[in-house]
Amino acid sequence: MTKNTALKRVVSAPYLVWAALFIVVPLIFVVYYSLVDAGGAFTLDYIRSIGRYKDIMLNSIWLGFVATIICLLIAYPLAYIMARTTRNVQRTMMMLVMLPMWMNLLIRTYSLMILLQDTGIVNSLFSFLHLPARHMINTRGAVILGMVYNYIPYMILPLYSIMSKIDYGLVEAAQDLGASRTAVLRKVILPLSLPGIASGFTMVFVPSVSTFYISKKLGGSTFSLIGDIIEMQFKSANNYNLGAALSLILMVLILLCMAIMNRFTGEDDDGGVLI
Amino acid sequence: MKKLCYLFLVLVLFALAAVSASAYEHEDYYKGAQKGEVLNVFNWGEYISDSYEDGMLDVNREFEKLTGIKVNYVTFESNEDMYAKIKNGGVSYDIVVPSDYMIERMVDENLLQQFDPNELPNYHYIDEKYKGMYYDPDNRYSVPYNVGMVGLIYNTKMVEGTPDSWTIMWDEKYAGKILMIDNPRDAMAIPQKILGYSFNDPDLKQLDDVAQMLIDQKPLLQSYVMDEVFNKMESGEAAMVPYYVGDYIIMSEVNPDLAFVYPKEGVNIFVDAMCIPRSAQNVEAAKKYINFLLDPEIALNNAWYIGYASPNTAVVENEDYADYAENQYLYPDEEHMPNVEYFHNLPQETLKHYSELWNQIKMAGGTDRDVYIGFAATGVVIVAYLVWQYVRKRRREHWYNFPET
Repeated sequence: MTKNTALKRVVSAPYLVWAALFIVVPLIFVVYYSLVDAGGAFTLDYIRSIGRYKDIMLNSIWLGFVATIICLLIAYPLAYIMARTTRNVQRTMMMLVMLPMWMNLLIRTYSLMILLQDTGIVNSLFSFLHLPARHMINTRGAVILGMVYNYIPYMILPLYSIMSKIDYGLVEAAQDLGASRTAVLRKVILPLSLPGIASGFTMVFVPSVSTFYISKKLGGSTFSLIGDIIEMQFKSANNYNLGAALSLILMVLILLCMAIMNRFTGEDDDGGVLI
Repeated sequence: MKKLCYLFLVLVLFALAAVSASAYEHEDYYKGAQKGEVLNVFNWGEYISDSYEDGMLDVNREFEKLTGIKVNYVTFESNEDMYAKIKNGGVSYDIVVPSDYMIERMVDENLLQQFDPNELPNYHYIDEKYKGMYYDPDNRYSVPYNVGMVGLIYNTKMVEGTPDSWTIMWDEKYAGKILMIDNPRDAMAIPQKILGYSFNDPDLKQLDDVAQMLIDQKPLLQSYVMDEVFNKMESGEAAMVPYYVGDYIIMSEVNPDLAFVYPKEGVNIFVDAMCIPRSAQNVEAAKKYINFLLDPEIALNNAWYIGYASPNTAVVENEDYADYAENQYLYPDEEHMPNVEYFHNLPQETLKHYSELWNQIKMAGGTDRDVYIGFAATGVVIVAYLVWQYVRKRRREHWYNFPET
């Protein structure tokens, strides 16, 4: 028994060191920086100044939320279809989902910008078909599209891996017992796939809320997200303290949202699959 | 015959090699590098000739070939970005290329090291009028690299008439077609001139007025840009942008509809200069690199590629450069010279105010009412769901615990 725990410790040591170095220590830094001023003296000014950033935080969380819901609505049926097809088709579809991720997020977003702009490819196509041009870039819709496009694989993958594990016998049993199609979906498939929804939600919502590149490229100047403001503090404004304070508040808000989310998916999200 | 051809080719290659090997002045100066020596250069994006296409030179490769020193070349987008990186340490560069006001600030904060430019064999090519500038009166920290001015670039197909004032950037006719330059000093400079202020007045109240103008302008803007300006102006996506004259020259080669003007209210003039940070690891190589960039051949290639005005007399006097040297936007004579002002460093308090205002400008006009409505609706749904769940649970408990009769 003792030997076993010793072995466990040795095996887990690298991961613990990794987690400490790259998760715990940076978090401590974030907290520290948010509580001191540029000279290193304790201050709550940065945390208190948060009121000024209230609107932009709400805006970011809302856009992230909308993008996540859209991702969920698209990914859920797709994941279900994927899980029900033959192995070969599954593999191909998986490949197609993963394919865009082989390219860098920045490049994907930049190409979206070129597609959507007023003189872009989509509008050229419209004018070729004698359709009226549509202004798409620099709108909130473009930002949400960017989020959905970039993060949807993170929704599909956990949903797919949960759904492919669902025992189809349960569905058949429900049908045998006279459940209608909606009842099967509502009473069998949905509850069984909740852990997948929860982890997909987390993995899309968190990066969407804190993104800065997508909003910068696709949102233009019409609005910024909180991620843009945080990035600015670290890049050009050289104000690490404000940047850290904003990040901290954002983290707390995201945790809050996740807590609310967990109320929906129940406590037993042990099946939640991360890639 | 075939053999003869090859021989000829080989000869040509040798001749080319010989030409390129003897093209640079004072080659002895570059000797003596140790094996594995590395030079870290931190420069603006799109600010060096970097390929052999169209008979140009890849400056960094040429330097590596000549000296055997490996060049690590990293770029930045604005003075402020560069400053934050140097100030916070963690990285060490041997060469940085800040603009005038930033050099002043970095000298103030002891981030640059002194050296004697007169030691550099090619330093005599620098035009006297760019020596002893206000940011470095004794020529101890910097060697000028490029000179430029900010003006208004506009698309003649999209803008009516010939604008001569910055106020066109507040014209609602062009809503959604206006680009703004994405760094605090350059962006604030435009309302500053419209309001008749100096760029360098530390007065905070003035800055508030300036910021308010930029906030008012936001609904008309397409976006704030730096290097993406090339794509957006060349493709005709945007109608106007305040930007550096050198970049106009490059863009107008792609899109001939673009035109340029120095608005009458006044514009910013700047000098970007090569400096050695205090944290530099390889000062000797840095000096060689600075000297190399002053070499007539290299400086000419850079001047062509970058399109900015060169402080290098060997470039300006070169016949191959004549069409640039005669360009009245790049090298205006007294008659065409706009009303110009340099940026100076500002007191800490003013700088702090600048970044606070810049945050506000960036955040302005963000949240619409529908976001609040959306939040409220989501909240209602969540509460309704929880209540429903609670009620159901109670009802179930009620049935399960139904007393047997």
